[in-house]
Amino acid sequence: MFQIEFEDNTPDRVVGIDLGTTNSLVAWMNLLRPEVITGQDGEKLVPSIVSLTPEGALIVGNAARGELINHPERTIYSVKRLMGRGLGDITEEVKLFPFRIASGSESVIQVELGEKTFTPPQISAFILKQLKRNAEAALGGTITKAVITVPAYFNDAQRQATRDAGRIAGLDVLRLVNEPTAAALAYGLEKRQEGTIAVYDLGGGTFDISILRLHEGLFEVLATNGDTHLGGDDIDNRLMKIALEDLQTEWGEDLSHSGEAIQTLRREVIRAKEALSFEEAVTIDFNWKGKHYQRRITREIFEGLIRDIVDRTLGPCRNCLKDAGVTPADIDEVVMVGGSTRIPLVRSAVEVLFRTRPHTEINPDEVVALGAAVQAGILAGTVENQVLLDVTPLSLGIETYGGIVSKIIHRNSTIPASARETFTTGVDGQRNVLIHVVQGERELAQDNRSLARFDLKGIAPMPAGTARIEVRFLIDANGILNVTARDERTGVEHSVEVKPSYGLTDEQVEAMIEASIDHAEDDFRAAQLVEARSSAETILTAAAKAKNNAAYGVLDSAERGRIETAMAELRTEMNGDDPHAISAKVELLNQATQHLAETIMNFALKGMLKGTRL
Amino acid sequence: MYFEVLELAPALSLDSADLDKRFYRLSRKYHPDLFSRRPAAEQQEALDRSALLNDAYRTLKDPIKRALYVLKQEGFEADESVSKEVPPELLEEVFELNMALEESSEGPEIDAARKKFEGMRNEIDGEMRTAFAEWDGSHRRETLTQIRSLLNRRKYLTNLIEKTTLGKTTLSENSVSN
Repeated sequence: MFQIEFEDNTPDRVVGIDLGTTNSLVAWMNLLRPEVITGQDGEKLVPSIVSLTPEGALIVGNAARGELINHPERTIYSVKRLMGRGLGDITEEVKLFPFRIASGSESVIQVELGEKTFTPPQISAFILKQLKRNAEAALGGTITKAVITVPAYFNDAQRQATRDAGRIAGLDVLRLVNEPTAAALAYGLEKRQEGTIAVYDLGGGTFDISILRLHEGLFEVLATNGDTHLGGDDIDNRLMKIALEDLQTEWGEDLSHSGEAIQTLRREVIRAKEALSFEEAVTIDFNWKGKHYQRRITREIFEGLIRDIVDRTLGPCRNCLKDAGVTPADIDEVVMVGGSTRIPLVRSAVEVLFRTRPHTEINPDEVVALGAAVQAGILAGTVENQVLLDVTPLSLGIETYGGIVSKIIHRNSTIPASARETFTTGVDGQRNVLIHVVQGERELAQDNRSLARFDLKGIAPMPAGTARIEVRFLIDANGILNVTARDERTGVEHSVEVKPSYGLTDEQVEAMIEASIDHAEDDFRAAQLVEARSSAETILTAAAKAKNNAAYGVLDSAERGRIETAMAELRTEMNGDDPHAISAKVELLNQATQHLAETIMNFALKGMLKGTRL
Repeated sequence: MYFEVLELAPALSLDSADLDKRFYRLSRKYHPDLFSRRPAAEQQEALDRSALLNDAYRTLKDPIKRALYVLKQEGFEADESVSKEVPPELLEEVFELNMALEESSEGPEIDAARKKFEGMRNEIDGEMRTAFAEWDGSHRRETLTQIRSLLNRRKYLTNLIEKTTLGKTTLSENSVSN
């Protein structure tokens, strides 16, 4: 009997997501190899830009890029810088980035997009939903499970905020994995299985350094360090500052408050920065309302401008080496991650410090997403014999008498990690005990990051000092703290009320999930509409240009008529609000101009052969 | 519990390479990633077991943490094992160092003091190794008492060495507590 039995128990597909400051990506395990998924716009990188159109539609990624200039007050980028942060933490951010922080942001930051306000996890959720849609379109079926990467140096609140974003986007976040560790996973799978490696990850807004030991599929992070406020954005801001100062002198105009001007200039500055990685000199070229500004920047000037930013990454590297108990001579390889590692000065600084030429052959933009896909494969059971032992980046402590911190789990402890502490009452009949948990390396609680206050409730009244409540602090494999408490005498579990110092309560997240489900359909349709209109504009512009080409003259009148009709019909349809109808007309115009496009190509080829210009 | 999870008999002298091997082998068995498709209860169990394994490895691979752990297991109260009192034999040195540090945070006198304290700490480490082996063979309670006093002296010396390195100008009782 030749019958193949198909079992309907294919494991749920788990995708890996790199939720970056500048760009985000989604990847999956295509059999045994991780692969980045291309979006319907043909791009792998989804810019982490979210825009709310005046019609109330949310658009994300490449489609939102133009909105940065058209509607800067309705568009946000680099929202990752706000994740898990309080109002007091972001004073620097607000000076340098056009974040519009809504009033009433004391407990949880709210940013304004036009007339609406959103929390940073909600904005991040819009990006995640776009990635989810891209994955669903490419792979078929519904995607509900994901691994999301976070900077290794992210604290508990920043991790919680990322997980909340996943939940709001309708994703079951199976694991948060540290970005450099994910990169090591992808790199290890591809290139090397043994030795000691350093991962230097300079992204758009964060810097991480991790040192790992690899042996037989086991990835052991020895130590990690970093700065969650350091990245390519800071380099852009240096160039922006110079250009804005020039403009102030040359034009006598302060453009720093014009969102449109700033975004146009920013785009130009980023282009110049990227070009400087390959050229010795570039010219910043900025046209604004008929005025023209140019400034030549050599690589030498550029390097002088950013040297201190690059130097700021070296301290964490040295600390990381020390904590890992290794010297530069012990490092077999340095893996470079993040777009900013394309900068020659960054590469040479890393080479000098680690005394080894850094590896750059894996695309620094994609390696983290690929690693996230590998981790997704490990969790789904499709990748075997790979085990990841990560660490917690910051020490966990509790505030004791006099505001002094007592450390209970030290930084660079392998996670999951736990610690037990026994608490008692200080006053007769005391019914609850409040525990203040902080993260950081400083001696005083006030100098560390307040994480949460845990309220142990329902203690039976008794004389001071007789209650014995054992509290267990557990940092899970996501690097997130879980707290449970137990009466030592009765063994009864105590209820623990968590008051997070920053970030959303469970109830708030639930409400956001509800709201997002309500609007999911509308949002999606609205986004499709913007995308369809944008591709309509693109093809109409191209068609209008083609009509000026000599090739248009050789078409017969019937064909020209068909093109004219298709163009007219598309223009009419664009005013409607049905994305599918617009896309259909785009397709018709595409077909109608097919022959024209070929003819233009032939003309161009002939022209080239003749050496004449058309 | 920590020795058990690493499948070891309680001992103060441990082969660190053997400990590493055990940790890696058990990590491959217990890591929570391997249980992500199991029911919630099993996942929680894996998380707890894996945390215990990591806690055990972290504690036992460091000889000082390992000794403190054994002391606690053997009923020596945790707060008893850390004394804030200046060990009598160090009184004179501490007094002289204080005087020197009042003058300046660095200098040949302070360097000399640091070298002296480091030498004393090395001596203690040697004595401690002997005491570890002795307890492993005999399990005598007096040996643990001796180890506890060695640990106290060592801790005190480590603090003194830190002061000479960091060039802190005060040496109050409080700053020596941890």
